[in-house]
Parts: sequence; structure tokens; C-alpha cells
Amino acid sequence: MIATRERGRSRLRQELPREAEPPRLLGSLARWLWLGVGVLALLLFFSLAGDDWFTIINYCLIAAIATLALNLLSGYTGQISLGLAFFMGLGGYTAAFLGGNPPQGALDPWGLGLPVFIWLPAAGLVAALVGALIGPSALRLRGFYLGIVTLALVFIGNYLFRNLSFITGGPQGRNFPVPAFGGFSLDQQNSILGIALTSGQQYFLLILVILLLSALFVYNLSRSRVGRAMRAVRDHEVGAAIMGVNLFEVKMGAFVLSSFLAGVAGALYVSYARYVIPDYWSLSLSIQFVAAIIIGGIADVWGSILGAAFVFALPQVIDYFSLLPPSTGGGGLSSGDLNALLYGLLIIVFLLFEPGGVIGLVRRLRPGRPRLQAAGASAAGAGADAATLKEGGESIEVVDLQQRASGPDEEQGRRRTGAS
Amino acid sequence: MAYFLQLVFAGVAQGCIYALIGLGFSIIFKASQVINFAQGELLLVGTYVVASAVLNWHLPFLLALPLGLLVTILIGLLFERLVLRRMIGRPPFTVLMITIGLDIILRTLVVVGWGSRTIPAATPFTVTSGFNVAGVHLGSSDLWTIGVTIVLCAALYYFFRRTRYGLAMRATALDQEAALAMGIDVRTVYALAWGLAAAITTLGGVLLAIDSLAIDPNFGNAALVAFPAIILGGLDSVSGAVVGGVIIGLTSVLTAGYESRLPAVVGTGLHEVTPYLIMILILLIRPYGLFGSRKVERV
Repeated sequence: MIATRERGRSRLRQELPREAEPPRLLGSLARWLWLGVGVLALLLFFSLAGDDWFTIINYCLIAAIATLALNLLSGYTGQISLGLAFFMGLGGYTAAFLGGNPPQGALDPWGLGLPVFIWLPAAGLVAALVGALIGPSALRLRGFYLGIVTLALVFIGNYLFRNLSFITGGPQGRNFPVPAFGGFSLDQQNSILGIALTSGQQYFLLILVILLLSALFVYNLSRSRVGRAMRAVRDHEVGAAIMGVNLFEVKMGAFVLSSFLAGVAGALYVSYARYVIPDYWSLSLSIQFVAAIIIGGIADVWGSILGAAFVFALPQVIDYFSLLPPSTGGGGLSSGDLNALLYGLLIIVFLLFEPGGVIGLVRRLRPGRPRLQAAGASAAGAGADAATLKEGGESIEVVDLQQRASGPDEEQGRRRTGAS
Repeated sequence: MAYFLQLVFAGVAQGCIYALIGLGFSIIFKASQVINFAQGELLLVGTYVVASAVLNWHLPFLLALPLGLLVTILIGLLFERLVLRRMIGRPPFTVLMITIGLDIILRTLVVVGWGSRTIPAATPFTVTSGFNVAGVHLGSSDLWTIGVTIVLCAALYYFFRRTRYGLAMRATALDQEAALAMGIDVRTVYALAWGLAAAITTLGGVLLAIDSLAIDPNFGNAALVAFPAIILGGLDSVSGAVVGGVIIGLTSVLTAGYESRLPAVVGTGLHEVTPYLIMILILLIRPYGLFGSRKVERV
């Protein structure tokens, strides 16, 4: 760009239609309306639903946090990982070690009895730290090597979890800490502002807040410069490198952040389930999350939540209404089997015909969407180009890259790429 | 000493099984650059069909085996024809994910059809058959496994070096466009690769089932142990799969055999993870494996 910075910038802004502006989180009336509808639906659910429903929804919300973690790494950054279960397990056992009750007998697993605002973040931090240690060797190679290394991690992790019985309780499993704020413990009935809340309702509030924070974080990250770099790495590594993106840094960042979120989700899971055996953190758990991001929508926050609901809540809902006989081990179709068949099939169908997942389908069918996004969505839907796993709004990215090239940190950018 | 030799023999036999399963991976990878995640479940379906044919329908083993092979070959061909052919040109990420979809479906179908209980595997041998040499028991099933692997590898070697379709497959692996230009029907090559890989993997699975006497829906995970074998040998190397398989089989069986003599800190089940530990080590030192081509790109 030869023009001066100010002129170049303003010219670019003028050329673009208004829709190309990155949307503000609550920038339009429609978004405020949706927020209102969402809050109303939550309030209705909260006041009307029974305990069974809270169990189903709470597990589903925890799964949504983990799905977001995987989507950050696989969806936005394009790095295949099968190790999510391992990082969740790490988070879970960190929580157990820090927050669990001190051992009574010699054979009891260890616990330090620390409060929730220490063990919950620590669960994420430990998972992130382990991710940062493993990342350099796993991300050094292109292609599916990360997938293979993380596959190995799940098995190695399972071996460790089974054998480190002073933390994990061994194959028999162990009990896990309950979040408590002062004398306010989430496993018993409490009242807030004079409203009596059941244990399920309190967990619901806690998990919902953490899910909202994670979702906002991922959403905002994806719209930032880092997010654009992540998508550039996914769509074309060489191209991204030429643009000055540090491939290793971006991949490592995504891996570490994803591990952090997975660790937090793992800690929440064990704390809600109260009892988990080491075999729970298996490859099939990881694969369920892969199914969730593909079905819900690659590189999309709403997609992650929808995908988690589909994969993790649907079998429970089918069970709740007793639509199918429970699994007996003797064959025949149980609700879990039906769901697995369904999501196996849906993975194939979505990847073939609608790589954007459920949310891609919704976005495509929704009337009155911005023009640029429509173009992006239909291009992805047609599957014409090689890089099919992308969402709408590429034009915005192009603008930003140009701005960056003529931006204030031009010198720095040049030095980093080593060009000219 | 006899104990050690016994373990070595068992390790080589198990390594041959991993080699066969690994060959399935590398044939598909070589032809189409796809890592087939559903390999283990193809093997699972195959062994279940063979077991049912022998135990429920009372077919002789030598008739049941081709039946099992036929079923998995058909699944492989159908999947290649109906799904993967539409995926040509998509990123490897997407293609790997779609084989995960097939993996889930096949596994669930086995659970729905046969139940999740453990069932006995079909075997043409009795447990004690075989003979003793210098205090080492050479079981018939292990001898057959080693023999079948050697014959099959020789046949594959001949196939890839001398026959029309073998050469076509290698040409396609080398350069798809050039192969097309030379008049090679790349579609036939892909179909051939999937059929061949499904058959070899299933054969490996049936042999493994004979070895372990019983099968359940987790039996397909055996294919994941073959993963370290092919990474060790080099993803795109056929002879590498065999060498990698034998190394992995040996270390796994030897660790299992001496696990009780290791310090208690090691705990139980170390032999289940040694293949993966070796694999991570190899990826750190020599990421393209012992025999693979040095095409690996570093970031």
C-alpha cells in the first residue's frame, strides 16, 4: 500500500459496505432482542424444570465448555486433537488433589481441602502447563501428527490415572470436592436473596457463568488479530506464514488455551459427578467431542454449544422419556446406541454436504443476514473450494491484513517475517 | 532363558499381527494420503462375522474366514465409493474426521447386533496345539500367524513390484496427476487400496482374536496399537510396517512378561503404553520413521 497510513485506511473503510464492519456483541436491536429471549428462556427453565432436567442440562453445559476448548484448537486453528479427555482428566484430578478432603485412612487418596476459587483455576492452569510442555514436540510436525501424539496421550494418561492411586484413587475411582463459598456448599439446599435453591440449580448457575465467560472469551478471541491468525493458519499455513503469522506461536497458544478450558471443564465435571473412575477419560470421550464440533459447527461458539447438546444431552433426553429400552449389554438398540449411530452418520453427512454443521445450516437459512456473510456461507456450502472449513466474513480479514501491513508496527512486522 | 525365548517368540507373533493391521493403514495412506481411523472397526466387524459364522452358523473356519474378509472388503469399497470419492481435494483434517464417523457407526452396529458382552473367538486350533523346542512352546496359532505374514508380505512385494495394478498403485501414490496422464484409472486404484487394506487388516484381526481367545466391542482398539508400529516404520513404507510391527510386538510382550519383576512404582499395565512411549520418542528423533520417505514438513 503506497498511500499514507491515514489515507489508505480511510479509503479502505469507504470502499466496504457497512455490513463488513465486525459486528459488535450487542450492536443491534436484533441482538438485544435475542439476549432478552435467551434470558427469558433461561428464567423459565430455571423456575419450572425438575431435578432430572437440571442433571441433564448441567452435564450438557459442562460438555459445552469442553467442546469450546476443542473447537478453539481444531475448529479455529485446524489442529486435530484426540487428547481432550486427557486434559479434562488432568483438570479433574488437579481439582481432586487440591480441593479434596484430607485423607482419613492410610489408603485414602490425598487432598488438601483448598477452596473452590483455588482448585478451579488451578485445574485449568495445570492442564495448560502440561499442554505447554507437550506442545513443542507435538506441534513441530505438520498434518495429523498432533492427532497421533494426542491419541498416545490418552492411553498414557489412562495408565497414569490408573496407577497414581494416591491422587486418582486407582481403578476404583475417588470422591471429588464440592464447590463451596464460605459456608455455602453447592451440594445442599441454600437460599439466595430469600429464594431456596436446590443443589442442581446452584450448580447450574455456577456452570452457566463459567460457560458464558468461556464463550465470550472464545468469541472475542476469534474476532481479534489472534483469531484471524488462527484461521489463517488453518486455511493455509504457508500463506499465513508469508503474512507474518508466527505459526508455532499461534498453534502453541491455541493448544495451551484449549488445554486450560478442557482442564476447567474436567474439574467441573468431576465436582458435579462426585465420583469418576480413571477409565472415564477414554478415547471415546475425546471422539464424542470431535463429533460435537463437527455436528454443531466448526469454528463457531453457538455451534459448540449446539453440538454438545446434541451429543451429550440427547441420549439422556431419550432416556428421560423412556423412548427406548435401557442398554442391557445383550444387543438391541438402546438410546446411547441410537445416538451414537445418529452422530456417526451426521458427521459423514455434514462433512459431505454442510461443512458448517448445524449452525452453518441455520445461518444459511436465516433470512435478512448480512450480504458478505451470505456470500461466505454459500461458498462454504457449495464446497467448491479446497479450504471448506471456514465461516463467513473472509473479506474482513483481508482488510485487516492490509491495514496491518501499512500500520504503525510496519517495521516490526517486516523484521519478523524477514522479508525485504 | 527359556522364558525369555518364549516371550520373544510370542512377541514376534504379536508383532506380525500389528504388522498386518499396520499394512492396512499404510496401503490406504500410500494410495490416497488418508489416515483411515475406521481401520480398527473394519477389523472388529470382520472378527465378529467370522466368530458368528463359526459359532452360530456352524460353518467351518476356512469358510468363515473368507466370509468375514468379504464383508469388510465390501464395507471398505462402499465407503470409498460413496463417501471418500466425494472428499478428494478436501483437507486431510476433514477426511480423517469422516473416517471417525465411519468408526463410530461400525462400532455401534456391532454393539447393537451382537451386544457388548465378551464372546469367544473363532479358532481352528486348540489352545495346546503346537510343539516344544528346547523348552519353548511354539503354539500352532503363533506359527501360522508368522507364516501367513511372511507369505503375505512376499505376495505384496511381488504385487507392488511386478504386477500391473501394483505398479499402478505405486505410480498413483507418487503423483496422482501424472498417473492419470499415463492412463491409470486412479479410481480403480483407490478402490483396490481400500479392498486390499480391509482384507489384510481383517486377517490380522482374526489372527489376533485366535490369540486372545475372546472378543468384545473394544477389540477394534487393537488397530490403535498398530499406529505406533507404522509411525515407527514410516507411514508410507510397507516394509517399515512389518519391522515396526515386530519391534512394537516384542517390546510390548517383553514388558508384559517382566512387568512383575519391575519396581512397584511402575504399577500395572505398562505394556499397554510402551508402544505409545516408543512412538513419541521416535516422533521426537526421527519423525518420518525408520523407513519412511523424508517428506515430513516441520513448522
